[in-house]
Amino acid sequence: MPRDFTNTKPILEVRDLQTTFDLSRTQSIKAVDGVSFDVHPGETLAIVGESGSGKSVTSLSIMGLLPKDVGRISGGSIKLGGNEISKYSDVEMRDIRGKEIGMIFQEPMTSLNPVHTIGQQIAEMVIRHEGLSKARARDRAIEMLNLVGIPEPKRRVDNYPHEMSGGMRQRAMIAMALSCEPRILIADEPTTALDVTIQAQMLELMQDLQEKIGMAIIFITHDLGVVAEIADRVVVMYAAQVVETGPVEDIFRTPRMPYTVGLMNSIPRLGSSINKVRLQAIPGSVPALSDLPQGCRFHPRCGYAADICRAALPPLEQAGDGHMIRCARWRELNLSQKEAS
Amino acid sequence: MTAPLTKTEPLLQVENLQKHFPIHGGVLQRQINSVKAVDDVSFVIHPGEVVGLVGESGSGKTTVGRTILRLEEATGGAVRFGGTDVMGLSKSEMRSYRKRMQIIFQDPYASLNPREKVRDVLTHPLKLHGIGKPSEYDDRAAALLQKVGLSPDHLNRYPHEFSGGQRQRIGIARALAVEPEFIVADEPVSALDVSIQAQVINLLEDLKNDLDLTMLFIAHDLGVVEHICDRVIVMYLGKVMEIASAADLYARPNHPYTKALLSAVPVPEPGQRRSRTILRGDIPSPIDPPSGCVFRTRCPMATEECARVVPKLREIGPGHGSACIHST
Ligand SMILES: Nc1ncnc2c1ncn2[C@@H]1O[C@H](COP(=O)(O)OP(=O)(O)O)[C@@H](O)[C@H]1O
Ligand SMILES: Nc1ncnc2c1ncn2[C@@H]1O[C@H](COP(=O)(O)OP(=O)(O)O)[C@@H](O)[C@H]1O
Ligand SMILES: [Mg+2]
Ligand SMILES: [Mg+2]
Repeated sequence: MPRDFTNTKPILEVRDLQTTFDLSRTQSIKAVDGVSFDVHPGETLAIVGESGSGKSVTSLSIMGLLPKDVGRISGGSIKLGGNEISKYSDVEMRDIRGKEIGMIFQEPMTSLNPVHTIGQQIAEMVIRHEGLSKARARDRAIEMLNLVGIPEPKRRVDNYPHEMSGGMRQRAMIAMALSCEPRILIADEPTTALDVTIQAQMLELMQDLQEKIGMAIIFITHDLGVVAEIADRVVVMYAAQVVETGPVEDIFRTPRMPYTVGLMNSIPRLGSSINKVRLQAIPGSVPALSDLPQGCRFHPRCGYAADICRAALPPLEQAGDGHMIRCARWRELNLSQKEAS
Repeated sequence: MTAPLTKTEPLLQVENLQKHFPIHGGVLQRQINSVKAVDDVSFVIHPGEVVGLVGESGSGKTTVGRTILRLEEATGGAVRFGGTDVMGLSKSEMRSYRKRMQIIFQDPYASLNPREKVRDVLTHPLKLHGIGKPSEYDDRAAALLQKVGLSPDHLNRYPHEFSGGQRQRIGIARALAVEPEFIVADEPVSALDVSIQAQVINLLEDLKNDLDLTMLFIAHDLGVVEHICDRVIVMYLGKVMEIASAADLYARPNHPYTKALLSAVPVPEPGQRRSRTILRGDIPSPIDPPSGCVFRTRCPMATEECARVVPKLREIGPGHGSACIHST
């Protein structure tokens, strides 16, 4: 059964977000260009798209972690629980990160500090954000390690990151991100570098924890298999913009933007040794943000491109309940994923 | 269907291949232990066959590929190529074999010299092996580019001017330059985005059909492997767990490890949550692998006997082998 969250108030509202990188005095690029979405409590929103489409920059913008002097939010709004956080100072954002928004990344060592034990790192978070005593903080750390399925948590709490296996470190990173029971967890390609076996462990764990803690998850990935497995809603990004968004069933069963359809048809699905299918690759590659095509940004790679596509950038249009499409021709094309079998 | 085993002589025979990397330690830097990266691996590849090699990272796939090409010296076993014992070849004899066996790497960028134009990338192997006349080089390089879906205009460009997918095409063109009989492709599409990955998979399929390529295709993505490969070898911790035709392996996996791997693959269809065997824990260290069956510490079916007996790869159907004492 699809889960529906639209009758709850969103915990995060991103509206027309613009993030600019100043590459030199004279040149700047928009790595995020007018991105909007909502995330509801307890919901999992997946952001998908090829590398360079602006997924990570979107999440860094929300967390206030854009590289100083180079990157800045140049427009739009980000509301967390109704509060506009896009203009918060560094100090204010430090109170939000870890407490309101937890983060995990592809490489656990970007969030774990090699010179402190796992226990010290979790304790530091909960002391800072929740004012727990040292002893209580240590108990919380052990409790968290237990929660994420690390065996012998009482012993492991005194381990340094390098004393743990790769899979264990992933779990420790999740334990740390969730130690203050944040309202949102932002996970940027947390399983991309993992074997499918370990990925399956992680996905199961994150879904379990979501049920227990009730947090919303923003899951960034380029793996559509993972999206189908965990997402309630999906945002598809291409060249810094949202090109299609909707409930996960709509995106997979009736994708309408040719790019989304192309992505679906590119997946090497299991079962091909019995039903021989040729993958339908999307020709070409993503444009550079400094050299974007006129009109629809996808048109040079699109098999359906017509004059109208080259003339102007199509708006993101409502196509159904929460399903939005950026394609000048979506009505007339009436695309739906070709039978993949 | 499996390739008819008797009709053709295998092009490649790998017999009891072993690669243990020594670990040195102490003040005298004596060997104190070893990494059992590849331990008693045997398989054959027939001409025109594409054989997949899958398994979690650390299972020894890359080491198998590199040892076959003698980029790494085996510590035991034999590799025969067209009947010749490759390990017994001298350095100079090996040179002519190098021409017949090529490798495609995962990271096309790291494997290309940033200061070399595409023309040089493609003509160096020709010079090295004395193939063709220098006057023909440009034509040959241009033809190679066309074969991999690039334009001859690209000859004067440098690797950094290309996208990831294009660079992998250059890597493939370089491997094809000497018209090898056999290619080891080590995770050639793993670093690519799915849309680009599909382009390269299609290219490899076309080349397989047009050139009758024989290939060992190493990957950890089971969907990709099923697409390209005729047969598949499943490795775990240095050992072969299962070998079968792709159709057999994916439809009727036998070994508990293969089953677990397949059930872990996320299916791009929402709402299709399948019952899944989730393997607990990580792959153990190959320095000190478990006794008996190396997979037993994570196996849902393990019994006491599994700790004592090293399972042999047993034929459980035509061309289908599985190394599990519980398999039927
Ligand atoms: N630190 C930076 N400096 C300049 N440009 C950047 C920086 N980080 C990201 N970008 C630009 O933003 C684009 C989007 O990047 P990113 O959000 O990381 O993509 P992805 O979708 O792969 O996560 C990149 O193509 C790059 O051009
Ligand atoms: N040069 C080396 N020295 C020591 N250990 C190695 C070396 N190369 C690989 N290994 C080890 O051998 C095992 C198998 O590695 P590899 O063949 O790269 O596996 P895979 O390609 O399946 O990921 C791993 O444990 C790896 O750490
Ligand atoms: Mg990213
Ligand atoms: Mg490898």
